[in-house]
Amino acid sequence: MDVTVIAESSENGLHPVTAQLVGAAVAIGGAPTVLCAGGWGVEDAVSISGVAKVISVVGDCFGSFDGGAWAEALSSASGGDVIIAAATPAGREIAATIAAIRGIPIVQDVTGLAPGISVTRPIYSGKAIESSTVGTPCAITVRANAFDAAGEDGSAEVSTVNQSADVAVAVREAIAKASERLDVAEADIIISGGRGMGDPANFSHLEEIADIIGAAVGASRAAVDTWDEIPHGMQVGQTGKTVTPSLYIAVGISGAIQHLAGMRTSKYIVAINKDPDAPIFGVADYGIVATWEDALPALKAELGKL
Amino acid sequence: MTIAVLLKQVPDTTSKISVSGGRVDESAVSKWSMSPYDEYALESALQLKESGGGDVVAITCGPARAAKMLTDAAAVGADSLLHVLVEDLNALDSTQVQAILAAAVSHCSAQVVFCGKQAADTNAGSTGPGVAHLMGASCVTMVSEVASEGDSFTAMRASSGGDQRVAVSAPCLFAFDKGTTELRRPNVRGIMMAKKKVAETLGASDLGVDTSASSVSVDSHSPPPEKPPGQRFEGVDSVAVVVSKLRDEANVI
Ligand SMILES: Cc1cc2nc3c(=O)[nH]c(=O)nc-3n(C[C@H](O)[C@H](O)[C@H](O)COP(=O)(O)OP(=O)(O)OC[C@H]3O[C@@H](n4cnc5c(N)ncnc54)[C@H](O)[C@@H]3O)c2cc1C
Repeated sequence: MDVTVIAESSENGLHPVTAQLVGAAVAIGGAPTVLCAGGWGVEDAVSISGVAKVISVVGDCFGSFDGGAWAEALSSASGGDVIIAAATPAGREIAATIAAIRGIPIVQDVTGLAPGISVTRPIYSGKAIESSTVGTPCAITVRANAFDAAGEDGSAEVSTVNQSADVAVAVREAIAKASERLDVAEADIIISGGRGMGDPANFSHLEEIADIIGAAVGASRAAVDTWDEIPHGMQVGQTGKTVTPSLYIAVGISGAIQHLAGMRTSKYIVAINKDPDAPIFGVADYGIVATWEDALPALKAELGKL
Repeated sequence: MTIAVLLKQVPDTTSKISVSGGRVDESAVSKWSMSPYDEYALESALQLKESGGGDVVAITCGPARAAKMLTDAAAVGADSLLHVLVEDLNALDSTQVQAILAAAVSHCSAQVVFCGKQAADTNAGSTGPGVAHLMGASCVTMVSEVASEGDSFTAMRASSGGDQRVAVSAPCLFAFDKGTTELRRPNVRGIMMAKKKVAETLGASDLGVDTSASSVSVDSHSPPPEKPPGQRFEGVDSVAVVVSKLRDEANVI
């Protein structure tokens, strides 16, 4: 099986999810070719175990993001039976466009893969799981943390392809992020606050804990809608971001179905809520019935001891 | 200028999903709604029309029940409605859905397309980029706002590095994230007018799209795996216990 993996990479290098994409490729019996857009992350991609080769695709179009142009440039090297990308906003757009260029189907946000090709994915925001059979060639995007990462003892060879495409999306203005904090979509640990935090200033307690454990700070929609200080980029849920961190800590969040839609597949969930009947406790691995005013200082102190 | 808005009807986010006989039982869905991101696409299309003129055509590809959603779109201001009748969307693969929608957009002679970044049922996000490619259009995803500027458009989009304002010219497609905009609610007059609005209804074959050979076949649906019940603790003294469990039992910190 000839599998092409589109690396998740940027000026900042290779995103660790790329090793999981290789893990997914191996699950369907492929020794994948890994494509690095703009040449980013090549040094790290070569050492992922199981990678057959790495292709660095370089061209002017990679100067700013235009998913259509990137897909056009990458498609010349994406001739495999199966194309695998990460189910991130950019990964989804690039993979969907490459699939359209090649006229092949795409299945997005897959959490299970077996030779055949059998795919499983959550549908209706995780309220059901769909299993289907997909003919090749096809494109697949996989959800972060659904596959084990491949190891780091590879030594694939690298080739470079010069391939650009016409850029149709011109960046006029880049607005710096309000904060330099880690994005919830990128983080392996997330601590989120809801309306129960009472005041946006109280999110500073969440930030202090986030700094100790290297977490991102997220929020419920009620928090985002109620307080201008809490930007939409922090929102987790149906109309925010879908996240699958190793650890999700929900503080003062009731656990409405639309919030659960964005975080219920997190590996471990901790809930801190003063209401013992809050639905968030239904999905929590560890539930603490307490006010955040009591629980957060204790949490900060305990984490500080580690 | 004609702005086409692609809309999908999905189970309301509050609806229970039940599985029987290995399939999601659609007849048990209590309420069907316009997919949330599509609502932002529609709202933004209506705002663009109000500021720059033009017509908004609401397009859906789906079964007969989706007609209700098109009427809802008319009630808030969509000028015309196009329903491509496909009884079982699950039987189509992404290439077929995209071919139908791209043909529908071309049928309406639209050069500008608004849609949601993904639909709330499959959460895929393939349609926008795929339709854009088939139309030969520029594609901007994660959009929260669009303004026209002469012959071109500017859009705000979210990216991992922060928000960006980008410019594109027609033909172009914008796939919406949740925007900053408030959604309008229909008024009585809008609802009355919408009842009189008749959607143009076509089949996929009328648009020259073959829906016979899907290369993705759904084998089964199942309920999500039951999570074992979690551990419950009371009071602030339990925080230390939970932290040690996170370290020793779960190995996540
Ligand atoms: C179409 C649609 C899409 C939506 N999308 C999203 C989405 O993407 N994300 C999202 O989150 N929501 C979404 N919602 C909204 C969702 O339905 C809920 O309204 C929202 O999640 C509630 O947020 P919350 O839990 O912060 O607030 P509340 O429901 O008000 O809960 C606050 C909680 O804080 C607890 N609390 C209060 N004080 C304290 C204290 N001192 N210490 C500890 N706990 C305390 C309370 O017991 C309560 O459980 C959506 C809704 C719709 C209709």
